[in-house]
Amino acid sequence: MTTEHIVRSYEDELANLDRQIALMGGLTEKLVGQAADALHYKDVDLAKSTISSDAKIDELEIEIEEQAVTMIARRQPMALDLRQIIAAVKITSDLERIGDLGKNIAKRTLSIHSEKQPNQLMHGMKNMQELALTQLKNVLDAYAERDTQKALQVWRADEEIDAIYNSLFRELLTYMMEDPRNISLCTHLLFCAKNLERIGDHTTNIAETVHYFVLGTTITQERPKGDQTTQMVADKL
Amino acid sequence: MEIQPIMSEDTEKQQAVSPLQHEENQSSVKMSGKNVNVFYGEKQALFDINLDITANSVTSLIGPSGCGKSTFLRCLNRMNDVIDICKVEGDIHLDGEDIYDDHLDVVELRARVGMVFQKPNPFPKSIYDNVAYGPRIHGLVQTEPDLDNLVESSLQKAGLWDEVKNRLQDAGTGLSGGQQQRLCIARAIATKPDVILMDEPCSALDPIATATIEELIDELRANYTIVIVTHSMQQAARVSQRTAFFHLGKVIEEGQTTQIFTNPQNEKTQDYITGRFG
Repeated sequence: MTTEHIVRSYEDELANLDRQIALMGGLTEKLVGQAADALHYKDVDLAKSTISSDAKIDELEIEIEEQAVTMIARRQPMALDLRQIIAAVKITSDLERIGDLGKNIAKRTLSIHSEKQPNQLMHGMKNMQELALTQLKNVLDAYAERDTQKALQVWRADEEIDAIYNSLFRELLTYMMEDPRNISLCTHLLFCAKNLERIGDHTTNIAETVHYFVLGTTITQERPKGDQTTQMVADKL
Repeated sequence: MEIQPIMSEDTEKQQAVSPLQHEENQSSVKMSGKNVNVFYGEKQALFDINLDITANSVTSLIGPSGCGKSTFLRCLNRMNDVIDICKVEGDIHLDGEDIYDDHLDVVELRARVGMVFQKPNPFPKSIYDNVAYGPRIHGLVQTEPDLDNLVESSLQKAGLWDEVKNRLQDAGTGLSGGQQQRLCIARAIATKPDVILMDEPCSALDPIATATIEELIDELRANYTIVIVTHSMQQAARVSQRTAFFHLGKVIEEGQTTQIFTNPQNEKTQDYITGRFG
């Protein structure tokens, strides 16, 4: 553990920054979890409350950014402190995007809740949601605990989300080819899956930020990337 | 036989260095201290200091009061000689030459390694004579027009010429604090030094005068090697390319300024620059 600052109020400001990130992280985690549940259980009310809960996350992003700018101006932070403040700004920006992507899943739930959803497809969807949520939870823990090993685990595990995304992409295309009446539902689900895949990417961004914050160096290895859907076409399935 | 490409991918990569790295690679050592120990009577002030000063760059020495940074700075032009109880051990070289050699002319050394102090200390003479003093006693110029030219070019390099050209015979002490400090820098430059040592040159100046001096330091490093002692971490971060952190008479960490202030390797350095002890 590092020694405390001579100026107590500086120490308090940095601690407060941590608390704000924890709060914002917690709310984002909750939003993504609720969005997933709403989709899975076709729960319109839950979807609506999920959509409105994103406003608080946006508000926190602005608050944290303002706090960071004030601290840079007043404290002229150096070394670890500087990295913590820069990390806070980057992490809030990723969390805000994750919130938006979660909100988008909830919005799509409102459009497709009355349609019959194929069980197998929804099972794959559920898996992806759980994995994305676990990743998000782990990366927020890694930040709170300054644990670079945990951050690296998150960073590497994103490949699994990509793998599920690839197989969901295939399945959705297959359903669409089978019966054009599936297209509306499947397109929405495809976007939901893509949103989860993007949530995974923002989560790995946070993992990279945690690594930089704690060690002062960026991860130099090439991240394993598993999204192959950019090369997939229907007649080759 | 297989024909090799003239430039392989690897060599291309090696050559694609950033301007900063390029600067680093080009750097040569102007002054170096090896195993420097300094004692004031019984009390040891510096312990085994090993530090290279890179040519044409600004090196800042930082650390809490009493850490030995000014003592080390004063070793670089043998200013400590004037303190009777002060004893310097180890080697300090300027362009590979031992500056503590018995045959070395200390007056000539101090012309080559100029110094600017914390408080502006112009001589109680005219602006012109303040600058002309060094070249006169060192016999650097033979004729009056040559001296005039040297005074003008020194004041110009110190960024003061335009402000004083019409009142060169006014007293140097009548200038503002920031102008006086630039006059002292002009005085140091006039003896055509290689190295300029600055001991907290801005601590008595307001922010605008400080900015002017910092801009000047940045310009001067093209032609001079500069070593600056400063209590302002922000100043060290702004003006220097290399930074050495002193603590209790030892160099704890030394390296590129950008690295020291964003990612110091030593915990003590980090604690000091982030305001965790002082």
